[in-house]
Amino acid sequence: MELSGAEILIKCLQAEKVEYVFGYPGGAVLFIYDELFKQNKVKHVLVRHEQGAAHAADGYSRSSRKVGVALVTSGPGVTNAVTGIATAYMDSIPMVVITGQVPTHAIGLDAFQECDAVGITRPCVKHNFLVKDVKDLALTMKKAFYLATTGRPGPVLVDIPKDVTTAKCKFEYPETISMRSYNPVVKGHPGQIKKAAQLLIEAKRPMIYAGGGVILSDAAHQLTRLVKILGFPCTNTLMGLGGFPGTDKHFVGMLGMHGTYEANMAMQHCDVLVAIGARFDDRVIGDPAHFGKMPRKIVHIDIDPSSISKRVKVDVPIVGHVPDVLDDLIKLIEAGKQRPEPKALQAWWAQIAQWKTKNCLRYDRNSKIIKPQFVLEKLYEITKGDAIITSDVGQHQMWAAQFYKFDKPRRWINSGGLGTMGFGLPAAMGAQLANPGATVACVTGEASFQMCIQELSTCKQYRLPIKVVNLNNRYMGMVRQWQQFFHGNRYSESYVDALPDFVKLAESYGHVGIRIDKPADVALALKEAFKRTDELVFMDFITDQTENVYPMVEGGKGLTEMILAEDL
Amino acid sequence: MRHIISILLENEAGALSRVSGLFSARGYNIESLTVAPTEDASLSRMTIVTSGSGDVIEQITKQLNKLVEVVKVVDLFEAPHLERELMLIKVRAGAKERDDMKRMSDIFRGRIIDVSEDTYTIELTGTGQKLDAFIEALGRNVILETARTGACGISRGQRVLRI
Repeated sequence: MELSGAEILIKCLQAEKVEYVFGYPGGAVLFIYDELFKQNKVKHVLVRHEQGAAHAADGYSRSSRKVGVALVTSGPGVTNAVTGIATAYMDSIPMVVITGQVPTHAIGLDAFQECDAVGITRPCVKHNFLVKDVKDLALTMKKAFYLATTGRPGPVLVDIPKDVTTAKCKFEYPETISMRSYNPVVKGHPGQIKKAAQLLIEAKRPMIYAGGGVILSDAAHQLTRLVKILGFPCTNTLMGLGGFPGTDKHFVGMLGMHGTYEANMAMQHCDVLVAIGARFDDRVIGDPAHFGKMPRKIVHIDIDPSSISKRVKVDVPIVGHVPDVLDDLIKLIEAGKQRPEPKALQAWWAQIAQWKTKNCLRYDRNSKIIKPQFVLEKLYEITKGDAIITSDVGQHQMWAAQFYKFDKPRRWINSGGLGTMGFGLPAAMGAQLANPGATVACVTGEASFQMCIQELSTCKQYRLPIKVVNLNNRYMGMVRQWQQFFHGNRYSESYVDALPDFVKLAESYGHVGIRIDKPADVALALKEAFKRTDELVFMDFITDQTENVYPMVEGGKGLTEMILAEDL
Repeated sequence: MRHIISILLENEAGALSRVSGLFSARGYNIESLTVAPTEDASLSRMTIVTSGSGDVIEQITKQLNKLVEVVKVVDLFEAPHLERELMLIKVRAGAKERDDMKRMSDIFRGRIIDVSEDTYTIELTGTGQKLDAFIEALGRNVILETARTGACGISRGQRVLRI
């Protein structure tokens, strides 16, 4: 029996066990929506803007290790989704984005709602396809899911012209697939792993630096084991938080531009550095020349060869799937009798303890105005560290990363690479749908939140009981902080005037809104909010306008050239 | 330093723009780029002449390998190799210049492939340097038009680029 392209597409999604599609209908995808209507295996979540669809699919994936699927129409549907696709690309999130396209005979003729979806998204997808013939549709969908999830994951876009959704052919979904031009490496090179093991054992001042690759490849277990066997200090990047337990004594905090003093100092002064699923980016190591001044041996484990020796030259590169490589490395170390020299390690930990006495995350606990850090500490206490936290981008994101301790992977969901304001709420929708019983909180600021505020309506429609923690300082806080530090206190356009009454706004969408402006009320408000397990609660915390994120490494400076609270 | 990178890639619509887009997005140089299908019609071979430090060339080959449609990448500068470029050059060849032009063409082992009352069109192959030398030797004022293909290259001896 022959099926239409639209029917085939839905069958492919069913075959891939897709639970949710996040989307928004339009002319070019009407036949696809018609087929969605006729079945009930694949559920559709109607967002209010296509950016929300992409972020929701992204949050769904990050919190569940499944593929996020978004469906949007041609032209503006695609361009609205681009920010979300680029966000997923920068953080290597497996997503399949299905876009409608004008009919094949109209392509290139400036048709209504036409845009070159494949051309526009080419630099921000792992791969993309334009399906010109219905006979290629099933195979293309198979390839899309395969590419999105294997190797270094990423978003894959499939552009389907309207006439392809009506054309018919026989449906056959391939069981397996192989592509001659695409063969991601899994196993690490044994010789290299041996070299790495030797370096680790001989290390006097070792440091383990683990990034988002550990989360994406589900290697948290192996990473934790490796650290425990060796007794080494471990730091996580912003993307890697939860890859190693945040409450463990071996954890020295996040590193980087707003990393802890001890993590950045240990990173700079170690003699053997093991980078795992991380990419030495500018927000993590600052100026590479400054970083390179200190002699150290570097082992770098990553699935993507192009991440290795891109910004920093490494001594032992290991290309492979992180859990496989770590399994082999652990086996090798356990089988051998050698262990790192305890005396040297003790001295190194003593040095780290010394750095810790800087107490770099301290803030004024006696303030009469709500300190944002205090809200996050209370959020951590009241959720018992067990919530899925999404965030937007800016100061609140950094405070959440510093003050909420993530013990498990896939609990911390933020736009690290692209830094997309507006990510938090739609990502929380995806996370809540993927984890129906879980506590999901979105830590945001009044500026970020307004970039995807329309999704409050989606939250109502699907009864998503997200808890929004709005740290409202009436500024684009991070912009204001940079202007204070580096632009002579000239707060050019970073003050947000004419803010809405967020309480009334939340209520108008049918949610609960609370405003909190005294430190004494913070804990109570949070407790009340989290008791309401079936409602979205918007908590508008009126926070200190002038609070800054410390420590801070100025862009382009060396990792240890930190501005600390005490310096000001 | 100058490098010649040869790429085998799937002969599919859009593959060329993925490669050229990669070079512009990451700020790599392209001196020339040629592409045509191979004896296996499902594959194209692309030759890119680029320049950069060793680190940059390493990144270029890694980034190219990362493109899903790229099957194989080789930097021909890693081993002895041959390099050729084709140029069609139209020169002024009136009664006054005719003999000179013929002689110059012979010296450079060019072939005159079209003749008109006032012009010769000469076909010349060789390394880019040889083509440059020919242009230099003729002098700008006799040259009416040039069309160059950009370099293509192949390894010497037993080394082959195939799947």
